[in-house]
Amino acid sequence: MLIQNSQAIAPSRRSFLKGAGLSTSVFVLGSFVPFGRFAAAEGEAAAPAPAAAVFDPNMFLRIGSDDSVVVLCKHLEMGQGVSTGLATLVAEELDADWSKVGFDFAPNNPKVYNNLFFGSYIGTGGSTSMANSWNQMRQVGAAARAMFVAAAAKQWNVPAAEITVANAVLAHASGKSARFGELVEAAMQETVPTAVTLKDPKDWKYIGQPLPRLDSKGKTTGTATFAIDFRRPGMLTALVRRAPQFGATVKSIDDSDARKIKGVVDVVQIPSGIAVLANDTWAAMRGRDALKITWDNSLAETRSSDALVAEYRDLAATPGIVAANRGDAALGLGKASQSYEAEFTFPFLAHAPMEPLNCTIELTPDGAEIWAGSQFQSIDDYAVGQVLGVTPDKIRIHTLLGGGSFGRRANPMADWAVEAAQIAKAIGGKAPVHLLWTREDDIKGGYYRPMALHKVKAGVDEAGRIAGWQHTIVSKSIMIGTALEPMTVKDGVDATSVEGVSDTPYGIENLAVHVHNAKTAIPVLWWRSVGHSHTAHVMETTMDELAHLAGQDPLAFRLSYLKEGSRDAAVLKHVAEKAKWGQEMPKGMGRGIAYHMSFGSRVAMVAEVSVEAGALKVNRVIAAVDCGVAINPDVIAAQVEGAIGFALSAVLRNRVTFAEGVVEQGNFDDYEPTRIKEMPAVEVHVVPSAEAPTGIGEPGLPPLAPAIGNAVFAATGKRLRSLPFDLELLA
Amino acid sequence: MITLTINGKEQQLDVDPEMPLLWALRDHLNLTGTKFGCGAAQCGAFTVHIDGEAARSCSTMVGDAEGREIVTIEGLSGKVAEAVQAAWQKLDVVQCGYCQSGQIMSAITLLSANEKPTDEDINASMEGNICRCGTYVRIRDAIHEAAKALA
Repeated sequence: MLIQNSQAIAPSRRSFLKGAGLSTSVFVLGSFVPFGRFAAAEGEAAAPAPAAAVFDPNMFLRIGSDDSVVVLCKHLEMGQGVSTGLATLVAEELDADWSKVGFDFAPNNPKVYNNLFFGSYIGTGGSTSMANSWNQMRQVGAAARAMFVAAAAKQWNVPAAEITVANAVLAHASGKSARFGELVEAAMQETVPTAVTLKDPKDWKYIGQPLPRLDSKGKTTGTATFAIDFRRPGMLTALVRRAPQFGATVKSIDDSDARKIKGVVDVVQIPSGIAVLANDTWAAMRGRDALKITWDNSLAETRSSDALVAEYRDLAATPGIVAANRGDAALGLGKASQSYEAEFTFPFLAHAPMEPLNCTIELTPDGAEIWAGSQFQSIDDYAVGQVLGVTPDKIRIHTLLGGGSFGRRANPMADWAVEAAQIAKAIGGKAPVHLLWTREDDIKGGYYRPMALHKVKAGVDEAGRIAGWQHTIVSKSIMIGTALEPMTVKDGVDATSVEGVSDTPYGIENLAVHVHNAKTAIPVLWWRSVGHSHTAHVMETTMDELAHLAGQDPLAFRLSYLKEGSRDAAVLKHVAEKAKWGQEMPKGMGRGIAYHMSFGSRVAMVAEVSVEAGALKVNRVIAAVDCGVAINPDVIAAQVEGAIGFALSAVLRNRVTFAEGVVEQGNFDDYEPTRIKEMPAVEVHVVPSAEAPTGIGEPGLPPLAPAIGNAVFAATGKRLRSLPFDLELLA
Repeated sequence: MITLTINGKEQQLDVDPEMPLLWALRDHLNLTGTKFGCGAAQCGAFTVHIDGEAARSCSTMVGDAEGREIVTIEGLSGKVAEAVQAAWQKLDVVQCGYCQSGQIMSAITLLSANEKPTDEDINASMEGNICRCGTYVRIRDAIHEAAKALA
């Protein structure tokens, strides 16, 4: 049976349901003004529904006559488990049968699918997905449930309050019962409630349980469709030869040999370089290899890494912009009985997600359709619209699974989507274009975690208390110059450069934090945990060094700067207990502790290492996590395990370096991620909490490096400060 | 014309014999379960079985694969494959999942030769497969789990 849009309830300020027009009865629940902040959605409701019903832009939920529940996922699934998490929230309040729950990605309608923490933007990032959806998705489930109950109450002529729902079955004491699927059409006729009461946490059936991931099967059978797997008829594959130095441009090009390669269809110039389009990837690769290009590097970054570090060091010796100031750090330091001064350097880092960047685009009469692992749909559609001269609503984004991202697929410059649009435009839209970046393109292509240099002067007084702490950070700002600058940069201070230092939960009385925004043409971007990826290491290493100077236990020292009874202190105590902190370690082995809060979540770690003949082995990591209500403790554990594996490569070896402006790395041989033999045993302990959920995709990363460094110190008495660790110092 | 035997079926391909098997699978046969991660035999996302052994499809030329039995993730069958995939699902190993086809192909090769691998055996045998999401703890556990199920 077909439910047409006309059968939906007339749009009103309070409700608008739209039929999905599928071949079976389907209940759909869309955006509903009473529960969200979608004042603008009113106008949208009055607009005619689009022709392709499965992309009904107002839909959050579809329930089929077969009881299947499909949750429209407004966030990119890139491994973090968000599709399972959002569906859990809906299923909980709906009282759905989890075995029949699935997900689809939502279309890019910002009036419905915006990240509630990002204003009117659709986007996944900052570990905000579960936090911003926590109430919204539960309300979706509760509203749908209420409509099924109301429909059953009418059919059975019983009070709604007497109806129970469990596992997608409605029942009444009289013996009447019905499955969701049987009531789909009736429920569609009910008005969306203006308010719903969410369950008492003690009645939760799914929230808090280790429900199986919804994407496990497809990803273990080769059937999951990642963006790179998507095909359009007549599609051409495009590879771009970009300049070896950032800021260089094409001076001249000879593409005659490239055009001779069988399968090469076209060669076009775009601002970032020369694109070769071919019938398959192999021909595009060979065609690109045959290009002869000379570059104009008059405006390019031509410095080497050593020169950049030297420049950052000089900057760090001068006063910067004040990012935080507590008490009087200089005065405090003057009273220190023992002091400490150190420099920490952090290299540029590539994200290197396993699925290389790619994007398929097809021009349409009024805009374009895009198939991609789009992470910031509201930036991608805007940027592509700019290229094509149309408004963002004319760019339809079909989000597909992302094979990792770690920040790379969310770019305020939308670089890869823009390139795809430029290529499609350059060939006049004569064929769909699949832009692919090779691994070399990815490692050499910029948008790195910015290089950073920290300089810290700190000291303790006679009583062993921190007397003063002066902290200077030099780094290129991620936000300055992007559309996000107004929201994230204040008085020249980019919050993402100093987060984790300027807002430290440690009660340091005299703290001064300065920042310098370094200038370079090397493009930078957030990399899993953003500023915390370097600030946590400096904070937690310094806390350890000060504890040592003060002759105190590193755990007790930290606790003395955290509020008694605080969540911070609880997490630290939890990890200490689980790791049996304080127990003797055998010779050559050491245990180190670190604590950091990021994205509203608190993570403490104890690392156990052994150092033998200069070789470092991380044997075990014990983590304690407080990220509010643990919606799915198994996904939380997986994210922390994974963050440890991801972070370890940056601890052990990863760096992107420059020789006269040219990136020196290119593939996994010289930018090698952690391999299985290096992976420590990991124990993750989730601290129970009734607080609203906060992030977990990123917070597992920051404490790892300092926990390992502090463990190395415990084992050897040697301090490793800069990342990646210079293991020769252990020899 | 090149004739390849893939997942038990003969396929005729009119492609450059030097084309890596990976691109023949992905671009010409629409078998996209085998992934492109590095193109340089570094990451293992490209792993297929050739004559029953884990092999690198990104550095095997189509011309060299002629006349050999090629199995991709889409064509898996048998007790070991089923046990490995079941263990992967039971422990929810996957995160982004992009490398997992290759991980599973390598794990099947390991368990076909070694019924009860130790952690060291697993580390040695799976070293060529990178998982950027860092799911290694669960990969080890899932291989032990599959070995138990097969015992």
